[in-house]
Amino acid sequence: MCMNKVIDIQKAVAMVHDGDSIMFGGFEHIGSPRNLIHALSKTGVKDLHVIADDIGCVMRGFSQTLDSLLKNGQIASAKCCFLGMNPDASRLYLDGKLDVEFIPMGTLAERIRAGGCGIGGFYTKTGIGTLVEEGKETKIINGEKYMLELPIHAEVAFVKAYRADKMGNAIFKYTANNLNTVMATAADLVILEVEEVVEVGEIEPDRVQLPGVFIDYVVEAKEAVL
Amino acid sequence: MSSYREIIAKNVAPMIHDGDFVNLGVGIPSLVSNYIPKEKVVILHGENGSAGLAGRLPLEGIFDDADTFLRWEREHSGEQSDYRTGHKDLTDAGSDPAILMPGACNFDICMSFTMSRGGHLNMTVLGAMQVDQEGNLANWMIPGSLVTGMGGAMDIISGTKKVVVATKMQAKDGSPKLLTRCTLPFTALGRVTTVVTEKCITEIKDGRFVVISMYPGVTREELQRCSGAELLFADSVDTMLP
Repeated sequence: MCMNKVIDIQKAVAMVHDGDSIMFGGFEHIGSPRNLIHALSKTGVKDLHVIADDIGCVMRGFSQTLDSLLKNGQIASAKCCFLGMNPDASRLYLDGKLDVEFIPMGTLAERIRAGGCGIGGFYTKTGIGTLVEEGKETKIINGEKYMLELPIHAEVAFVKAYRADKMGNAIFKYTANNLNTVMATAADLVILEVEEVVEVGEIEPDRVQLPGVFIDYVVEAKEAVL
Repeated sequence: MSSYREIIAKNVAPMIHDGDFVNLGVGIPSLVSNYIPKEKVVILHGENGSAGLAGRLPLEGIFDDADTFLRWEREHSGEQSDYRTGHKDLTDAGSDPAILMPGACNFDICMSFTMSRGGHLNMTVLGAMQVDQEGNLANWMIPGSLVTGMGGAMDIISGTKKVVVATKMQAKDGSPKLLTRCTLPFTALGRVTTVVTEKCITEIKDGRFVVISMYPGVTREELQRCSGAELLFADSVDTMLP
C-alpha cells in the first residue's frame, strides 16, 4: 500500500487531459487550490468542464485563481453558483461565449455529495418556481412541491487543505473547508494541495476532517500564489 | 441624519431575538449586526462555513493589489493568528476577512446548507432587486445585462421561516421595488414575510403588503407613490427608528 502520496506539482497537473470534467474546491480565493490552478494555467490543457463555487475574482486587484484558466480559454463550460466577483465571466455568459449552469450553492454541494456517496439524486424545494426548476421532474411530498436533482461526479478534483499527512489525511483552518471535503469524494482522480505535509501518524486520527482514503495524490505548496 | 442603509439596518435589528441563529446577506443586511444590542446573544451564520461570525476586519487596503494581499495572508496564516485576530482562511460569505466570537464553530458547505435548507435558521435577511405582494423575491439576475448567480440565496430562503427583505424602496432609476408581481426572474416564490425599507416596514399577508411602521415624517401618499403595488395599512402603524 502506498503510504506516501506526495508528488511534484508538475506531475500532478500533467494528469489533467483536454475535455476533462474537473472540480475545484474553494469559495472565491479561500480554500482554493491556487498553486494547482496556477500550474494548470501554464499547461496547454483545454476544453475543461469546471465544477466550482465560482470562477474566481477579478474585482480585488488580483486576477489569478480560476479566472486565469478562463482568460486562457481553457474552460469550455462551468457548473457554479456565483459570478458576482467576476463580471468578466458574467459578460462572457451573457454574450453566449461561455456555457454556464447556475446551481444554487446548497444544491451544488448536495449534488456533489450524491455523486460521492452513490445516491442517484434527491428531491429539494430549493429553486422551485424559478429558472432552476425548468425541465426537472417534480413531486409533491408531504403536501409541498419538490424537484429532482441529479448527482455530479467528475473525472478530476483539485482540492486544498491546510495540513495533510503523506497518506492524505487532512485538516482545515476555519472556513477553508467549504467544498473541498465533499469534492474529494466525487471524482475519479483526487489531488490534494496542502500548505504542510507531515509524517503519517502526526495527525491524531480523531482530528482528521478529510479522510486520506479519498485522496490519490498530495502536493505540498508552502507559498500561496495569486 | 442616518443614511438609508443605516435606517434600514437599524430597523431590522429589533426583529432578531436573543439566542436566534440568523443569516445576514451581503450589502445592507450585513450592517444589521451593528445594531444588535450587546446583551443579546445572536449566532450569525456564514454560508461558507461559520456559526458565530463576530464581524468583518477593517482591512480595505489589503485588496488593492496581489502583493499586498499575499503579504497579509503570510502574516495571517498557519498557527500565527487565529479567529480573534483574523486568519487568511477565515472569511464571511462576502469573502471579506472576518473574526468569530468565542463559542463559534466552522464546518464545510454540506453542513452549512444542512443548517439553512433544513430549517435550522430562525431568520434570514437579504437584499432585493424586486419583491412582490405574493412574497416572491427577485435578486439574482437581470436577463441580458446582469447575472451574478444565486449563490446560496435560493437554499437559505427555501428553508427559513422568517425571510426579511432589506432594501431601498426604489431602484437607482426611481422605479419601485415593491410590486404586485416581480418582472425579473424569481429567486424564490412566496417566501418573503417582511420588507424593511428606509420609508416603511411592511408585512406580507394574504397576498398584500401591509404597512406596520413608517419613518417619521413620511406620509401614506408618499409611500404609495414610491410603491408599485397598492399598500394596505395596519390598524395601528408604528413609527420607525430614525
